[in-house]
Amino acid sequence: MTPLAPPALSEAGSVLCIVCILLVPLAGAGISLINTGLGRSRSAAHAMLAALCLMALAAVVYCVCGFAWQGYLGRPAHVILVGGKAWSWTAAEPLFLRRLDLDGSPASLAACFGMLSVGLAALIPLGAGADRWRLGAACASTALLAGWTYPLFAHWVWGGGWLAQLGANYGLGHGFVDAGGSSSIQAVGGLTALAIAWILGARRGKYGPDGAPAAIPGHNAVLILFGCLLAWVGWLGLNSAGAILFAGAESGRAVSIAVNTTLSAAAAALAAAVITRVRFGKPDASLTANGWVGGLAASSAACAFVAPAAALMIGIVAGAAVPFAVEAFEFWLAVDDPGGAVSVHAVGGLWGVLALGLFARFPGRLPNVVAEPSGGPGGDSGQWLAQLVGVATLLGFVLPLTYALNWLLNRIYPQRVAVDGEREGMDLYELGAGAYPEFATHTDEFMPR
Amino acid sequence: MRLIGFLLLVAGWILVLAAVVLLGASPARAAFVLAGIGVEALGLALVFRSHLVLRGSRD
Repeated sequence: MTPLAPPALSEAGSVLCIVCILLVPLAGAGISLINTGLGRSRSAAHAMLAALCLMALAAVVYCVCGFAWQGYLGRPAHVILVGGKAWSWTAAEPLFLRRLDLDGSPASLAACFGMLSVGLAALIPLGAGADRWRLGAACASTALLAGWTYPLFAHWVWGGGWLAQLGANYGLGHGFVDAGGSSSIQAVGGLTALAIAWILGARRGKYGPDGAPAAIPGHNAVLILFGCLLAWVGWLGLNSAGAILFAGAESGRAVSIAVNTTLSAAAAALAAAVITRVRFGKPDASLTANGWVGGLAASSAACAFVAPAAALMIGIVAGAAVPFAVEAFEFWLAVDDPGGAVSVHAVGGLWGVLALGLFARFPGRLPNVVAEPSGGPGGDSGQWLAQLVGVATLLGFVLPLTYALNWLLNRIYPQRVAVDGEREGMDLYELGAGAYPEFATHTDEFMPR
Repeated sequence: MRLIGFLLLVAGWILVLAAVVLLGASPARAAFVLAGIGVEALGLALVFRSHLVLRGSRD
């Protein structure tokens, strides 16, 4: 196989990339606050502790074995020949980051980026499993995500894997492109959230005997909205660092990435606010917040390759889709997803991937292709087809894989808390103390009597 | 129903891969990729449906 070259980073580019990577944990902090605010008060401390544990575990597992599967452009990989074309299926790195000099090289920056962003992916299912997902089971599920599902797909997209090589091997534009992680972080996390929501089932009292869902509102809108602001800052770093490391964006392009990311999130939040205002008479805080994060999730893939007007369009569609998706999952499909994780991250992420195929204009050859794309230098014919192949892989491989892994885990170690735990709240049942001990802020109004 | 749904998801993905590998740059390739995604949509619908049935039986 022709070795794939990593992007050449100047010293200034490396410094900018490091700064951007260091912002990524803020995205995790924001998602944690959103998940906590959208859950019940009786599970708030549990939600925050779980977020901390999952980010910690994801970082450890990723360093132990995740990067060994993910790898990076130009690094060793396992390759098979399919129809005479080389398909890179997984990286061939040693465990524990051995043979990787943590010296600011692009590969070391990619490992650092992966260690922090896998925590973000791990937090997404926590929103879907709120109020009923045992801490130990969430940790075990995260180990599977950080040690296998995420690195495998990330190798295909960011490590010079077969999806990235679709352009070189089969003339599909530049191959599957995702600069900031709409697919490898958001959609992988969102589809895992869907699998978790299916396996755990709905919260007790969520659906009545007639199948109609009860409204169980989030307990703290301030946490939710502050989480949105933190996530915004984190996403600016996430998208910029991802575009520099995995899509060959020059450091100066960070300006357009910041503009596009912000425009997409802003348009999405406004679209969600307007839609909820028109439908319900008043703008809905939690759905508007979900729209904001949906816009961020959708912005990631194409942030470095679209004009501001296209970023606005991506955001408007994401923001309009999220409230309807939340309603569809809750009312029609009976998926109890308190944090809206599936609607925000899976739907938003998949839309972001498709939007790149529709709106992206590439300045030149990307680092993860070994030949000029069809259409000549900078040409992008077939790009939409490459993006569709990526979406098909997420739905046809990642979703069954993550469901099967979590289903098996559930057989060995039941993931749902006992009935008493749900009634008492996760804080008292699993931690022995509540988040708000001085306030009696919850009742049993949603519990079947 | 759930198992069939997941098998359809995987089958749709394999159809997409086969179209990319076996068919050159032709309109048929795009058509088969879209067909594969259609199979995946059917599988997804079945999985959602099986989840609804499962919840109904719990109630």
